[in-house]
Amino acid sequence: MQANNALYKKRRAANAVGLTFSMAAMVLGLVVLLWILFVLLSKGLAAVDLNMFIQDTPAPGSEGGGLRNAIVGSLMMLGLTVLVSTPIGILAGIYLAEYGDESKTAELTRFVTDIMLSAPSIVLGLFVYAILVAPMGHFSGFAGSLALSLIAVPVVVRTTENMLRLVPGSLREAAAALGAPRWKVSLMITLRAARSGVMTGLLLAIARVSGETAPLLFTALNNQFFSTNMDQPMANLPVVIFQFAMSPYDNWIRLAWGGALLITLTVLLINIVARVFFRDRAAGR
Amino acid sequence: MSVGMTTIDNNAHPPQPDAKANVSADMQAVARRQRWQDWLFHRGTQLFSLLVLAALVGIIVSLFVNAWPTLQKFGLKFLWTVEWDIVNEEFGAAIAIVGTVLSAGIALLLAVPLAFGIALFLTENCPAWLRRPLGTAIELLAAVPSIIYGMFGLFVFAPVFADYIQAPVQNVLGGMPLVGWMFGGAVNGMGILAAGIVLAFMILPYIAAVMRDVFEIVPPILRESAYGLGCTTWEVVRRVVLPYTQKGVIGGIMLGLGRALGETMAVTFVIGNANRMPTSLFSPGTSIASVLANEFGEAADLHLSTLFALGFLLFVITFVVLALAKIMVIRAERAKGT
Repeated sequence: MQANNALYKKRRAANAVGLTFSMAAMVLGLVVLLWILFVLLSKGLAAVDLNMFIQDTPAPGSEGGGLRNAIVGSLMMLGLTVLVSTPIGILAGIYLAEYGDESKTAELTRFVTDIMLSAPSIVLGLFVYAILVAPMGHFSGFAGSLALSLIAVPVVVRTTENMLRLVPGSLREAAAALGAPRWKVSLMITLRAARSGVMTGLLLAIARVSGETAPLLFTALNNQFFSTNMDQPMANLPVVIFQFAMSPYDNWIRLAWGGALLITLTVLLINIVARVFFRDRAAGR
Repeated sequence: MSVGMTTIDNNAHPPQPDAKANVSADMQAVARRQRWQDWLFHRGTQLFSLLVLAALVGIIVSLFVNAWPTLQKFGLKFLWTVEWDIVNEEFGAAIAIVGTVLSAGIALLLAVPLAFGIALFLTENCPAWLRRPLGTAIELLAAVPSIIYGMFGLFVFAPVFADYIQAPVQNVLGGMPLVGWMFGGAVNGMGILAAGIVLAFMILPYIAAVMRDVFEIVPPILRESAYGLGCTTWEVVRRVVLPYTQKGVIGGIMLGLGRALGETMAVTFVIGNANRMPTSLFSPGTSIASVLANEFGEAADLHLSTLFALGFLLFVITFVVLALAKIMVIRAERAKGT
């Protein structure tokens, strides 16, 4: 009895230690998230004013300035990225979901897509530099968009496939029984049924690429001036933040925090919208 | 899912014998057209999915071609040469490799136990009404762009780290034999250890999310049986959940490792960017990704080719790590069916 009691106490103690540790880990995770958000808000809000949106990035040593050119550049590149990666990602996702069980190529593609999801983004920038920037002889917004698309496409492919697979097979069979050809079944029945999930995937892809910095360093580079010409180097928020944060100028560092706040809030907002959107639609069906 | 589909659409309109010959001919025409459209759709979507494969092959080939001058000149000894002399064009990858592996290793060492704790809390111990908000919070932490972690590391974490961790640790352990060398160097908050810690914050949510997901696939009956035998929560997780989900957990950890190895921004801000072999945990170093970010703009000729060689190396390393991770996760998912 004595021995059993000792064993019991030991097990209880081990349990208490383990669970305390687990709770502490959870608390630490939350503290880090709140700490980051707090720092961003306190330093970022100090930088956010109207000038940030209507003035361009300042020259070294000059006062004031804003992020207008970077914001516009980022939006343009993101827009092109969405235009490029949406059709590619969705069609590839359809292939993997609808025909993917039948071939080895599909299996390989799925595997490679999963790896590309976490491939180092800086290497994708190197790749685009090698195939586009070096032959053309200059950095450009197009190159930046291509690099971002390389990151976005795998995200869209995988979410599209997963969402299409959730569509019940009976729906496909019902459509086929009515004589619908397979492409109509895919595009008009299953894709429509999985619409909200696919949209979620798109939103997550946008959120994912909007903060990417490394691939843009070698592709879009930066532009001190306002420009909407995507064939030329283009200002964008992440690279501006990177350069300004590392700089010795106070107003640059302030702008970097403002930009960081802008990006983070956008990304978190998109994430939350994607979640709410998907949950409501999924629940409402 | 698509079982039976092929048979359905191929024979959607089987040719009718004689009788209504006209209708049958019409139907055959429709069937032929649809079969042709389906073929086009099938091959078309396949083409798009092959683009992903093409991108992968393109990346490997283009990096290798651009890296060739360096690989040819230095050969295999590129991997362990410590030299990094831009003026005399003597390059070795050793410093960057050591920095990459050390910072990612430290990150993993810190993040894995914490991620395990979080996953344990979320699956076993968390009140049901808190499960969703806390899970979302962790996922949002994963969504924060890496450059934010970098800025946070440089401006906020590094000063705190220097004052409250580096200085005391150096005072206490710096003079000790055997371990003292690990804690030498300037106390400015930057260096390999600081980069490792910032990276740990960054990969923590990824690993925690994967662990939580695989913990949730454990059949309730296993868990409940263990509880029924009188196991404590800790014992259930340690002896039932963890062994059952082993492969998935390792896969999640390697996924985090892949991220940590290839991360640029979170590391570049805090690692110190010095092309010297690190001598202690506090000394500044450099990683493959941070060398690329810092030097690519000014590089030309052999230097540029060397940076491509580093990129090629990084891609190969992360590819292998991620491929192994993926295989582990796939096996874990298959095991759940048996």
